[in-house]
Amino acid sequence: MIDDPLLEVRGLEKHYPVRSGLLRRVTGHVEAVDGVSFDVREGETVGLVGESGCGKSTTATALLGLEDPTGGEVRFDGEPIADLAGDERDRFRRRAQIVFQDHNSAFDPRLTVGESVAEPLAIHGLGDAERRREIVVDTLERVGLSASDADRYPREFSGGQKQRIALARALVLDPDLLVVDEPVSALDVSVQAEVLSLLADLRDELDLAMVLVSHDLGVVRQVCDRVCVMYLGEIVERGPAQALFADPRHPYTEALLSAIPEPDPNARDDAVALAGDVPDPSNPPSGCSFHPRCHRVVAPDEFDLPQAAFRSVFDLRLAVERGDVVADEYEAPAAVREAFALPDSLGDDDAEQALAAAIEAVAAGRIDEAADRLAVFESVCERDDPALKPIERDADGAGGGNCGDGHGDGEHPAACLRTGESVER
Amino acid sequence: MRDPLLSIRDLRVRFETGDGVVRAVDGVDFDVGEGETVCLVGESGSGKTVACESITRLLPDTAAIDGAIRFDGTDLTDCSSSDLESYRGGRIGHVFQNPQDALDPVYTVGQQVVEAIRIHRDVSKATAREEAVALLDRVGIGEAEARFDDYPHQFSGGMKQRVVVAMALAPDPDLLIADEPTTALDVTIQRQVLDLLADLQAERGMALLFVTHDLGVVAEIADRVVVMYAGEVMETAGVAALFDDPAHPYTRALLACLPGRGDPFETIGGSIPDPTDPPDGCRFHPRCPHAVDDCERGHHPAPRPAGQSPETDHEVACLLYDDDHALPRELAGSDTGGGR
Repeated sequence: MIDDPLLEVRGLEKHYPVRSGLLRRVTGHVEAVDGVSFDVREGETVGLVGESGCGKSTTATALLGLEDPTGGEVRFDGEPIADLAGDERDRFRRRAQIVFQDHNSAFDPRLTVGESVAEPLAIHGLGDAERRREIVVDTLERVGLSASDADRYPREFSGGQKQRIALARALVLDPDLLVVDEPVSALDVSVQAEVLSLLADLRDELDLAMVLVSHDLGVVRQVCDRVCVMYLGEIVERGPAQALFADPRHPYTEALLSAIPEPDPNARDDAVALAGDVPDPSNPPSGCSFHPRCHRVVAPDEFDLPQAAFRSVFDLRLAVERGDVVADEYEAPAAVREAFALPDSLGDDDAEQALAAAIEAVAAGRIDEAADRLAVFESVCERDDPALKPIERDADGAGGGNCGDGHGDGEHPAACLRTGESVER
Repeated sequence: MRDPLLSIRDLRVRFETGDGVVRAVDGVDFDVGEGETVCLVGESGSGKTVACESITRLLPDTAAIDGAIRFDGTDLTDCSSSDLESYRGGRIGHVFQNPQDALDPVYTVGQQVVEAIRIHRDVSKATAREEAVALLDRVGIGEAEARFDDYPHQFSGGMKQRVVVAMALAPDPDLLIADEPTTALDVTIQRQVLDLLADLQAERGMALLFVTHDLGVVAEIADRVVVMYAGEVMETAGVAALFDDPAHPYTRALLACLPGRGDPFETIGGSIPDPTDPPDGCRFHPRCPHAVDDCERGHHPAPRPAGQSPETDHEVACLLYDDDHALPRELAGSDTGGGR
């Protein structure tokens, strides 16, 4: 059966104003989340993955209406959550729960575990203490703890056990949707496996829809049916977990995958190194926001260059344009080549000629001239912002499903000019 | 053969607490050779951090340290506090898990690196500044000169950790102790910091003692591995031997629950014992699938050779490897393969 998704996110935006000066005037915006769309069906787990600052946690809190989005819409069971009020809003708040990242600050240290877990029941109007206790004990057992744990205090539990208690508190109202933010990032690897397997069991037993937020694709791989990879507030790739891991279509996904430590000492050094940090979201790069770090940045058509060589040339160009290269920094052209890992010759005559002249200028301290000469190495990735194929609905079935495994559709788009149409121009 | 740079023998660290005596480290032996990367692996509560912090006595005064800690021929346990200062942060550098806590928010990162240089060496401010810029540049802080006067809050987590590494490198240490230096970072940044540490180590011939709970990270960086559990060493091996031919049931259990190996949902079951009241015999026996009656009695088993070839320094502290018990190697297939 094809149900409508339990949760539909369309064009979700959360922009924070940046204020500065004495009068705290708004001088810019941080686009923490910038047009994010995805669906979550009943019984399905969707992973939101990306580095710190990519907007995944902001998305998670906006899903539950804990933060008002500045644009776009979140629909739960067909209803926009922004329109909910009164009883309907209470009902939504019962049906959609979140587990936050830091389980140490998630509990009131003066309350017993039983009292903490029972609190949501009381808030949602279950007055009978006896009945509350029954439900609490039942829920604790479901997450692998025992009835006697209800009378102990949070500090008596290990990190993994606290995460179980946090899960119990979220599940005590029998929700339909559970959002878990970095459930295992603070835990030992051996305990991570326990918590992840518990999440998978709970999803299957309770037919929960889950959104799992993590920076680690290794974690997501273990429990998610579908994955959305986020970078600087946008989804750059979305697809069924299996397809995404077997055939990552966005270079960023590739880099994230190869960052997972390989548990094999014989397989060192084949990783795609991702240089640098996530850029400042208040001043995102032009075009594809990943281009300053991308190992597959598209070279201009007129040159025939190996990918790695173009990346090095491109790094030099960006550094010169940003003003990172100063006049007397390098004494000789060879020093410039060494600093930017440039080969002795690029192989393509036109390209090599332009590069050699630019390097000469850098070494001689004529930075402006170098910038002019390097301008020929402009990439299409700096100009064009690739778009993610929107979610298609009600056309014929759902999406272009070729990976139908009972969970969601098989569509697997990536926002990259190499695979998108605009690369032809 | 030359003596190892750091040699730890029968290290014991006790804490008196309200709930009783905690034997956080209980009879630990290991060596770190010059220019070698040794990983200390274990779960929370295994005593790996306490073992490392006892080397330069970073522990609180309530800690009672016994045993021998020989560093380049000197027993550090005999050193007075003032003698130890030339080692601590000097010949032995430290990098901790949380870079936030290692940096002072009210000083610029440049000042902090300069301080790290000048505390151990009598150089002028101008020279120290030059060296600090070079160090910041070496650890991968772009535009080091311009960022010298920035404050820690202006740096991302990964960049802060690079600054902390620069501070640790300032006195040109012979040994760098890195305690979970990448655990608080994103996986992508973890990769960068691991690469940086490996490069620096190769370039300076510095020894690295790396503490982690993640065997995935161990596979990336270690030459040799020391596996700890509940304050004791379970297994010591070269990194290839540890992954190809793990001997101790605990090591195998750890490997089996590692993503990308065996069953992703494999777990060890149970939890680390109460540190004030550890079980007799082998401390892992309550969770061990192969435990026999003898495992519950006596002391921690003495380490024995475990490698298939006798030359390797592969040792395991497990009764199942002595002559009186069945060798569990035949069982290996059943638990490293990830079957239940």
